[in-house]
Amino acid sequence: MYAYDEIDRTLVNERVSEFRDQVKRRLSGELTEDEFKLLRLQNGVYLQLHAYMFRVAIPYGTLATSQLRALAHVARKYDRGYGHFTTRQNIQFNWIKLAELPDALADLAKVGIHAMQTSGNNMRNVTSDQWAGVAPGEIEDPRIWSELIRQHTTLHPEFSFLPRKFKIAITASDHDRAAIKIHDIGLRLVRNEKNETGFEVLVGGGLGRTPFIAKTIKHFVHGRDILSYIEAILRVYNQYGRRDNIYKARIKILVHELGIEKFSREVEEEWQHIRNSSLQIDDEVIEDIRSRFTYPAYEKLPHMPDELRQAAADPEFEAWRKSSVAPHKVQGYSIVTISLKPIGKPPGDATAEQMDALADLADKYSFGEIRVGHEQNLALPHVAKRDLPALWKALDKLGLATPNVNLITDIIACPGLDYCSLANARSIPIAQELSRRFANHELANLIGRLHINISGCINACGHHHVGHIGILGVEKNGEEVYQITIGGRADENAALGTLIGPGVKFDEVADVIEDVVEAYLALRERPDELFMDTVKRLGVEPFKERVYATR
Amino acid sequence: MPLVNGGKIVDDSFVKLAVDTPLPESGGILVPAERFIGEADALLKRAGKVGVIWPNNRDIDELVPYLGKIAAVALVFPTFRDGRAYSQARLLRERYNYRGELRATGQVLRDQFVFMLRAGFDSFEVKKQADAEAFMQTAKRYSVFYQPTGDGRITALHRRMQLRHSEGVGT
Repeated sequence: MYAYDEIDRTLVNERVSEFRDQVKRRLSGELTEDEFKLLRLQNGVYLQLHAYMFRVAIPYGTLATSQLRALAHVARKYDRGYGHFTTRQNIQFNWIKLAELPDALADLAKVGIHAMQTSGNNMRNVTSDQWAGVAPGEIEDPRIWSELIRQHTTLHPEFSFLPRKFKIAITASDHDRAAIKIHDIGLRLVRNEKNETGFEVLVGGGLGRTPFIAKTIKHFVHGRDILSYIEAILRVYNQYGRRDNIYKARIKILVHELGIEKFSREVEEEWQHIRNSSLQIDDEVIEDIRSRFTYPAYEKLPHMPDELRQAAADPEFEAWRKSSVAPHKVQGYSIVTISLKPIGKPPGDATAEQMDALADLADKYSFGEIRVGHEQNLALPHVAKRDLPALWKALDKLGLATPNVNLITDIIACPGLDYCSLANARSIPIAQELSRRFANHELANLIGRLHINISGCINACGHHHVGHIGILGVEKNGEEVYQITIGGRADENAALGTLIGPGVKFDEVADVIEDVVEAYLALRERPDELFMDTVKRLGVEPFKERVYATR
Repeated sequence: MPLVNGGKIVDDSFVKLAVDTPLPESGGILVPAERFIGEADALLKRAGKVGVIWPNNRDIDELVPYLGKIAAVALVFPTFRDGRAYSQARLLRERYNYRGELRATGQVLRDQFVFMLRAGFDSFEVKKQADAEAFMQTAKRYSVFYQPTGDGRITALHRRMQLRHSEGVGT
């Protein structure tokens, strides 16, 4: 956990006062809605279909129990008793009143949470691996660097009015859980031959209307130079990124139009001017940030405790353990993913009661720490294996033990037309229907790892391009139509999915997905050939045939 | 439009010239970039201060040879959403050591003041009277800054180092 010091607290409080003043000026009419719009966006406040939506940052997906309780408090006091975890380690509240927002922010500031730059054309919440610091085989804890970059990008005097939003993600593992290749800047922690820590820097990834997988701009940037290198990228983008067309304003378009070679030369030239400036980070600064991350005092525990051996006789426990429990870097401990995808419910939602109860469980079983992942699930990062059976029982009572992590019902979906003013089509009802269709755990387990991603418009908040199965809702002649892609993925082998054919109507989507899945089950070579591998081996054609032969 | 300079509302000592306005005999003038580059020698020989209005899509490098001879650079925010001039301002101050007046023009509103001060602006053509009057108060909104810029304000990272070292001395 990172502990704010007086300096961080002061800044967040100053931001709350500023926003309070801005809201006051808006309510008095001193600020026009046009002027206020950008100011509220810089504080994570959107105007949605029914009300203001408030997006709160959970930097690099790490929460203390006091912070999760504060989020529960906001859900209860200012909203309708629940929150929605997003694909970028944020939480959204959908029913906030403008006049109460400054108070909600002030309540969150008390526990070191803010909503700065969770929307708007600035540098967004820095995201990372939700297993940071506990995943086996990590180079080092990427949150140290994430926090450094969080600070550096907060209220940046040069880059707060960019051509478009700008997202940075960091991973330190071979297996990329942070989806860095679909970010404006993706950072992969690596070590060079002298064993020094640095980053492979990727640039120009992003989804939306024109999706691109990020390209490597530099294979190794030393840790001490990472801020100046990011600053150089941003400076080139701020000056040359397109501002004439909102759909062509992301850095991915600039990189694409210039070509990665020319773009990287521009960056390199800029970087040479600033790399030996005060942006250079000395070890002491890193150590200072590192020192404010606390790590649990782990016990020496057996690899296979009796409690776990006994519980293995219970098939329900085993189903949950197999889906939700992952290896921890310390023997005797596990990382537990908490599915926020109960069958038939909107993905990523949690009630205030669930958040409070989960905070209690985290205090009891996970050294007071919770993680939030881009898959819209939560995690308890340090659970002793002997506690797994007790934890499972407690989670099950809360409706938080659905054994479907990474399975077909672990669906990622944007809020869609039920909430969002940008959406063209509904997402949540599609997710709910699919979740019901594949509710049978044996069936889901038989299918194996399969990610479905649903977006209700081309902006792609549900990351449909990189779903193993992607579903994009569009509007055609006043009707919701859904385009289906297959073969996308968001990990270290990130790829964009391929369209299988013409769009289908709302009522047909679940049938089509069932057809795709049946085709996969018939086509796979072995039971352990995953959906994405079958698609890779055979291409789209056999799936297309299956779906459209009878339609 | 009120002008804020040195934290106070002041009279503008410059007159803005269009591309074809005849040159006044004396007094400060602010000249569009295109005209300035075309007539630089003549303009700089004239009595009275000369400044230039530099658009946000023109490379600042072109202005560098003249920086020692001009009294003001006015950068432009066509809308407050367009942040290109922040980069130009920092380059002028931090890379090219420009020490003359650096003026923000265009849609300059209260909630940009802190960003602008940090980027090196010291002069502001403020859109609204009330914003201009609130300048000093607004400029003090923040006491913590995470990024090093040319304005010299100490960053959070360095303040932490100072605190560490001063604590270290006592032990």
